[in-house]
Amino acid sequence: MKIIVCIKQVPDTKGGVKFNPDGTLNRAAMLTIMNPDDKAGLEAALRLKDQYGAEVTVITMGLPKAEEVLREALAMGADKGILVTDRVLGGADTWATSSTLAGAIRNLDYDLIITGRQAIDGDTAQVGPQISEHLNIPVISYAQKIEIDGDSVIVERQYDDRYHVVKAKMPCLITALAELNAPRYMTPGGIFDAFKADITVWGRANLVDVEDSNLGLKGSPTQIAKASDKVRKGTGEKVNLDADASVEYIVGKLKEKHVI
Amino acid sequence: MDFTLSKEHEMVRTLFKEFAQNEVKPLAQEVDETENFPRETVEKMAKLGFMGIPIPKEYGGQGCDILTYAMCVEELSKVCGTTGVIVSAHTSLCCDPILTFGTEEQKQKYLVPLAKGEKLGAFGLTEPGAGTDAQGQQTKAVLDGDEYVLNGSKIFITNGKEADVYVIFAITGVTTDAKGRSKKTISAFIVEKGTPGFTFGVKEKKMGIRGSSTYELIFQDCRIPKANLLGRDGEGFKIAMHTLDGGRIGIAAQALGLAEGALDNTIAYTKERKQFGKAISAFQNTQFQIADMATKCQAAQYLVYAAARKKDEYQKDHKTVYSVEAAMAKLYAAEVAMEVTTKAVQLHGGYGYTREYDVERMMRDAKITEIYEGTSEVQRMVISAALLK
Repeated sequence: MKIIVCIKQVPDTKGGVKFNPDGTLNRAAMLTIMNPDDKAGLEAALRLKDQYGAEVTVITMGLPKAEEVLREALAMGADKGILVTDRVLGGADTWATSSTLAGAIRNLDYDLIITGRQAIDGDTAQVGPQISEHLNIPVISYAQKIEIDGDSVIVERQYDDRYHVVKAKMPCLITALAELNAPRYMTPGGIFDAFKADITVWGRANLVDVEDSNLGLKGSPTQIAKASDKVRKGTGEKVNLDADASVEYIVGKLKEKHVI
Repeated sequence: MDFTLSKEHEMVRTLFKEFAQNEVKPLAQEVDETENFPRETVEKMAKLGFMGIPIPKEYGGQGCDILTYAMCVEELSKVCGTTGVIVSAHTSLCCDPILTFGTEEQKQKYLVPLAKGEKLGAFGLTEPGAGTDAQGQQTKAVLDGDEYVLNGSKIFITNGKEADVYVIFAITGVTTDAKGRSKKTISAFIVEKGTPGFTFGVKEKKMGIRGSSTYELIFQDCRIPKANLLGRDGEGFKIAMHTLDGGRIGIAAQALGLAEGALDNTIAYTKERKQFGKAISAFQNTQFQIADMATKCQAAQYLVYAAARKKDEYQKDHKTVYSVEAAMAKLYAAEVAMEVTTKAVQLHGGYGYTREYDVERMMRDAKITEIYEGTSEVQRMVISAALLK
């Protein structure tokens, strides 16, 4: 089985988000990490590799520095890393990004493509499904469990209060939730091996069946008016009551908000 | 001179830091309180290869350098001194002498499972009458046919009852030098747990690193196959000194980690703690103390990393001598650990004296780094002997 995992290097938002005066993200001022949903997708692929045997290729589009997340993925157990980087690809929105990644993936054999649900810097959740549209393969989004059944995948697709069990024939694309699993740690030896491994670097010339009009800033129909940090939830209300009084209080609140 | 770390080392530090924060820190207080050996943590570390970091891959290790190993002990010790010394004693004091002096058979039989973390290692040199004075050994090994018969006891043995494989030193003869003085011949042996005649004495009740299993080892007519002699007969003292040179880098890294951990906690605490209407970090005394603590941590880190790099050269050419660098790193880092953790408690005030706060444990853990694997006085002897020869 051949699995492609799309990953993205994103600013670590744990320590807060920093903006430039013009409202765009100040990426230089923030540490970078592998996007958590993507990391869960990678872990899912590595578990399929452990269970069924598979070749796992990780692919990312970004600045040359994005090579770091590919090395991290190799240190976790991925087999190959591909970096898609080119000046003409800069400033891409989700449409141009998915066009680029699909153009790169057309060079590869695959049974399964796994992407994260969404990246913590943009929170759009659009790139994964768009790649499947470009490649004309089925997509199952929001996967909380993945199993292989012959030439098909069986996926639990998460909803707020339930999940659907969806079966799709491979090749197909799955978008993974961070809740899917707890990604494994790298190993010390794996890290040093990862830095010795060759990373394949592709540019515009390597993309297959993609028009220039769909790439980079010029190929991005989205215009960002303003970026802002997530609205944090308030600290809430703390009450200190005994068990019976607490139950009464909670029930009262739920009634007040018409939940029950 | 380049002080920057490679990208590999930066990434491996991130790994150790994440592991320490997620898997080790949550247990540190409990491990100290209950004096229970953190077996589950050791199993997790084994799966990730932390128990064989500087051991070549062909012997089940990770094939990384000594600097990577030192960084692992450092990051673990930032949150738990016990976990740091478990890795250090296992790697430096048991894996390393078998790697350096073992036969191919010994490496296959003992080093491979040790480096994979399937087995835990320990080292037995110290005796009630033989601490700094290693010549004061009383434990004897007498060759009887194809076996050595071991009699005596070892004390203060880290990983004591939890280990599976022990490197044990014993007297195998007495020689007379040119001046007619008799000198004990010491040899090293690999001893397996469960060997008849090998039992455990009392568990030490310690001030710090309370989760590490520190025991007395007792040998009564304990028969060890002749094949378990490590190195040649009479090479024991050389093996012990070589091993301790490497061990000192591990303990220096542990001391460094304890100091840095105490500094991290102090920075966070002083920014939150308010007195006289402002955070105590706003007072110049706090600022100056923190500046001194950080400067000393940085200096200690440079010494520890330089010693690790020097041992890395030895691993390649088997010639480079790193005793002085290791002694300086251990001497300085241990004294910095004691000073910085003590200041950390002071800056935490009354809270710092309670077991609710990690700095109290760190101060207790730090003290041993000035004592074991050669006291600070021994380090000064090693350093000055090299200068004044």
